[in-house]
Amino acid sequence: MSEVIIYDAPERSVEEVSKDIKSKFPAVEVLKVAPKRLHLQVPRDISFEVCKFMKEGLNFEHASCVTTVDYLDHFTVVFHISSWTNHILAEVLVDIPRDDPTVDSITPLWGGANWHEREAYDLMGIVFKGHPDLRRIMMPEEFKFHPLRKDFIVGRRV
Amino acid sequence: MDIDLSFNAMTMTAKQFGEMTKTMMRETMVATGGKQVIDKITAPIWSWGQRNSVYPLHFGIACCALEMAAAGGPRYDVERLGIVFRSSPRQSDVLLLNGWISAKLRPSLKALYEQMPSPKWVVAMGECTISGGPWYDAYNVIQGADTFIPVDVYIPGCPSRPEAMIQAFNMLNRKLTAENRGSFLDD
Repeated sequence: MSEVIIYDAPERSVEEVSKDIKSKFPAVEVLKVAPKRLHLQVPRDISFEVCKFMKEGLNFEHASCVTTVDYLDHFTVVFHISSWTNHILAEVLVDIPRDDPTVDSITPLWGGANWHEREAYDLMGIVFKGHPDLRRIMMPEEFKFHPLRKDFIVGRRV
Repeated sequence: MDIDLSFNAMTMTAKQFGEMTKTMMRETMVATGGKQVIDKITAPIWSWGQRNSVYPLHFGIACCALEMAAAGGPRYDVERLGIVFRSSPRQSDVLLLNGWISAKLRPSLKALYEQMPSPKWVVAMGECTISGGPWYDAYNVIQGADTFIPVDVYIPGCPSRPEAMIQAFNMLNRKLTAENRGSFLDD
């Protein structure tokens, strides 16, 4: 029988975790530290390294959600990554330019991000580099558009 | 009629012989007016049987499917009207569309319609199936079932009541009565 882990009390506080990330990656901007919450702004080129460090060094076991926000001049990819050991839900924001919507996939780290990234690709057209199977998840393959983008014309079907 | 065929009947395969007999019988019946007589005699019986055993396909898409289920339940009990839900398109006469038709569903629905044996009818139930309904102008919902298959009866409502569904089948019943289809030699 496998070992039963009880996540009763957090091992480390949010402040310690954010300090660790900040000391290892000075380019990361800590937007907000709240009880059980951590908001990070991460540059695109080191996003995978930050996530890898969070998984292997800081006990972030679970990717809850991957989604995208369209700010018209740029996209923001939002990774929600949680740690049961430390009782933290971290929000990792990655800004990417509109004309080159690519970002590193976190599926190699957390397998659960697979379908979330496919959905973000389907509806927003974000290309996740390193994703094992980046296809449309809900809409037919022959669709040539990404309907949740702000510049999508309503009623257009081609 | 090709009378010459009867001379080499001995050299025919069973299938060819069957086809030849069928054609000969049919053309004789049409030429002598026997078909019209038989049609006239059988039409009331055939039509009666047909309109009292309208079998819709048990295919639920969205929330109107719940109304369809309610109509099949004990309170409305459509089975007393001869409306029996069948699970296979091969056994059904009516394609009852109940719900939005997304672009991904359309090919499957078309295939279902084509799998049903003729004569067949289509009932569009609810706003989504009629015109897209709340999903008017949506990128992924087909704007009405009649854009790709012919529809006989439309039931408005969002969702339609089970009574409305029963009324639609009554209208279909009236349509079948008016058609008064007799079919001795399949047509």
